[in-house]
Amino acid sequence: MQIRLDILRRKSAIDSPYIQSIDFAYEDKGESVATALTKINRSGTVSPISWECSCLQKKCGACAMVIGGVPRLACDAKLCEFEKAGFVRVEPLKKFPVIADLTVDRSAMYDALREIRLWLEKGLAPNEGSLDTAYEASRCLQCGCCLEVCPNFYVGGRFYGMAAGVPMSKLLAQLDKADRQRLAKEYSRHFYAGCGKSLACKSICPAGIETDALMVNSNAAAVFKRLFG
Amino acid sequence: MSRVVIIGAGLSGLTAAVTFAQAGRASLLVSMQPSERAQSVLAEGGINAALDTMGENDTPAEHFADTMRGGVYLADENAVEDLTENAPETVRWLSSLGVPFNMQAGHLIQRNFGGQKKKRTAFAKSSTGKMIMTSLIDEARKYEAAGLIKRYPHHEFIRLLTDGGRCSGALVRDRYTGLCAGIDGVVLLACGGLNGMFPGMTTGTTQNTGDAAAAAFVQGVELSNLEMLQYHPTTVGIPGKRCLVTEAARGEGGRLFIMRGEDRYYFMEDRHPELKNLSPRDVVAREMFFVRRELGGEVYLDMTGLDSEVWKTKLPDLREELISFLALDPKESPIPVREGIHYFMGGIRCDRYHRTSMSGLYAAGECTSLYHGANRLGGNSMLGAVYGGKAAALDILRRFPDSSEGGEIRFEEAAGEFCEPADEGLIMQISGILLKGLGIVRNEQVLDSCIGELDVLSRARQYNAREGARLSLARAMLISAKERRESRGAHYREDFPERNDKLRLEGVVTSSGGQITHRFEELPEGKEENADQA
Repeated sequence: MQIRLDILRRKSAIDSPYIQSIDFAYEDKGESVATALTKINRSGTVSPISWECSCLQKKCGACAMVIGGVPRLACDAKLCEFEKAGFVRVEPLKKFPVIADLTVDRSAMYDALREIRLWLEKGLAPNEGSLDTAYEASRCLQCGCCLEVCPNFYVGGRFYGMAAGVPMSKLLAQLDKADRQRLAKEYSRHFYAGCGKSLACKSICPAGIETDALMVNSNAAAVFKRLFG
Repeated sequence: MSRVVIIGAGLSGLTAAVTFAQAGRASLLVSMQPSERAQSVLAEGGINAALDTMGENDTPAEHFADTMRGGVYLADENAVEDLTENAPETVRWLSSLGVPFNMQAGHLIQRNFGGQKKKRTAFAKSSTGKMIMTSLIDEARKYEAAGLIKRYPHHEFIRLLTDGGRCSGALVRDRYTGLCAGIDGVVLLACGGLNGMFPGMTTGTTQNTGDAAAAAFVQGVELSNLEMLQYHPTTVGIPGKRCLVTEAARGEGGRLFIMRGEDRYYFMEDRHPELKNLSPRDVVAREMFFVRRELGGEVYLDMTGLDSEVWKTKLPDLREELISFLALDPKESPIPVREGIHYFMGGIRCDRYHRTSMSGLYAAGECTSLYHGANRLGGNSMLGAVYGGKAAALDILRRFPDSSEGGEIRFEEAAGEFCEPADEGLIMQISGILLKGLGIVRNEQVLDSCIGELDVLSRARQYNAREGARLSLARAMLISAKERRESRGAHYREDFPERNDKLRLEGVVTSSGGQITHRFEELPEGKEENADQA
């Protein structure tokens, strides 16, 4: 099988972007955009394409990029999905500054979590009631796909998006009422007030996190203050 | 020179950074990518500790005995004693950080894992590593904000800085700008296993290239027991890697079989009646190899007998992953599995305090050779990584109490040794040779021919420093396997199929001036008192 990858390339942030078309032959139906990028770089036929990758099995979020117009993980984007069209366009995430080619600087996500002081001030006693929520929220890959599709998020804005909303929902569920007041304020200011409830994040999340359910919990705990005692 | 530079931001590096910060000491955390991308997030099954929550009268002494027996008595007893004694406290600490371990009636649930006779493995469904990492990252963030942890999250370790044979810091490169900085200080390598020596053939990540250990090796740091590679019995091939099917699948009732004529032959249950499908990993992997050679065809893991509740509460991610990558639902049909390289028990030689052979250099986590001897038990890797990171940090705090800031860190254009990447074609050639020599079943003839092939390759052209280091490390791995003329744990020699207790020794490799030497060293005596730590 043969496919053409149209890759949006750029040597560095200050260089002009251009599309490079690369024909790629594959045999295995399981081969993904990540496989293609690995093999193309290994072949040495083009100048090395900058991209980030680590686990190759949807568990680390490194290889998030825009594939066929949709933000997703390159290791999960099977080439055969694009067989009919015969080509696939591969671009970097657009809401973050580009470093080179498909590599972007996602540090805004980490800065946001530091900004809202997302941590425990003291040790927690294990709490059976919050386990499922904490588990679901802990699965967040910090890949940035949800921010890419979010109509309300932009880097530098006060709304930090679901990539902050999901991690916040872990601690909002785990902390008791007295200890979650500070985080509740941060949640209201940096998440609740800015979220337009489009829920585009839910269908795009590569980890399949139930962002709406987590948001319902967090809203109840932080905004309406009705749940969790 | 008492700044602390941690290389690697997975479980070990993160735990070390948090431990320093709790003591009020600043550290620098250098990693190729942020912690969310570390291999630690892939760990599935769980973490061992004799918490004795399941009413089986479990004790650290039994955890110690199982770990030593599993590692076929090749681990440092003192280190394993520290590890197992401190395991309950380690897991309780993680739980206090908010790790959502599975619970029942107010206590953590513990499950069966291979090579252990008691339920000792605490877990968070089938993503324990990810869950622990998320909570540790939250904890580290607190200290980042306080200025006690300074992250360098897109930075590559290039080589050690040395001064008269001792380590005086690390040269790191910013992957975004290409600029390099020499950072002086005590260095803790927490850089993971040697996956990159076998690209595409391990269950690990692409970021553990093996370059860090290879550079340290040719700079004079001793490595040991490099022949001890763990083949995990149940992996499936996906493009670019082997994908792990957690041992928990068997812990929860999964059974291995192969077709014998028309019938399913449950060979582990037949041949290893005591621990059956949960025998130590080396035993299962070897048995799979032999039974396939005997009967032909593939070995299958049958998980169709597991009930829906188990899939939902204990193994949800595993099922999703198999459906996504193999288009097979393990609830409906058995999964074809093969052995895959999963863990490196050998690595940077260190003592129970995580000190390496080079003064000023420490190591922790999978890059070390310490706790797991000739074979690691499931559930002990995350424990070794977390406890090891902490133990290393505590020793550095004791021995290097001066917390002076160190020299200015200036990133600038730098070329020179180790900066050039290794050629991809060469990496694959070396890997091909290693796979031939270091399979599940080994013999001297094949190892000799692999060493010969590597020699030819080494002389074929001029190599840059990284390529040279990789060739040296590969050679050291093959020599280690050749010199251990016995079968022990993960190392099986068909020409020496029995264990030889005269070789209950640590196989140490050193590199000096391009020459690689191998020697056997006595293991440290057990029950040594902690008194002399200086």
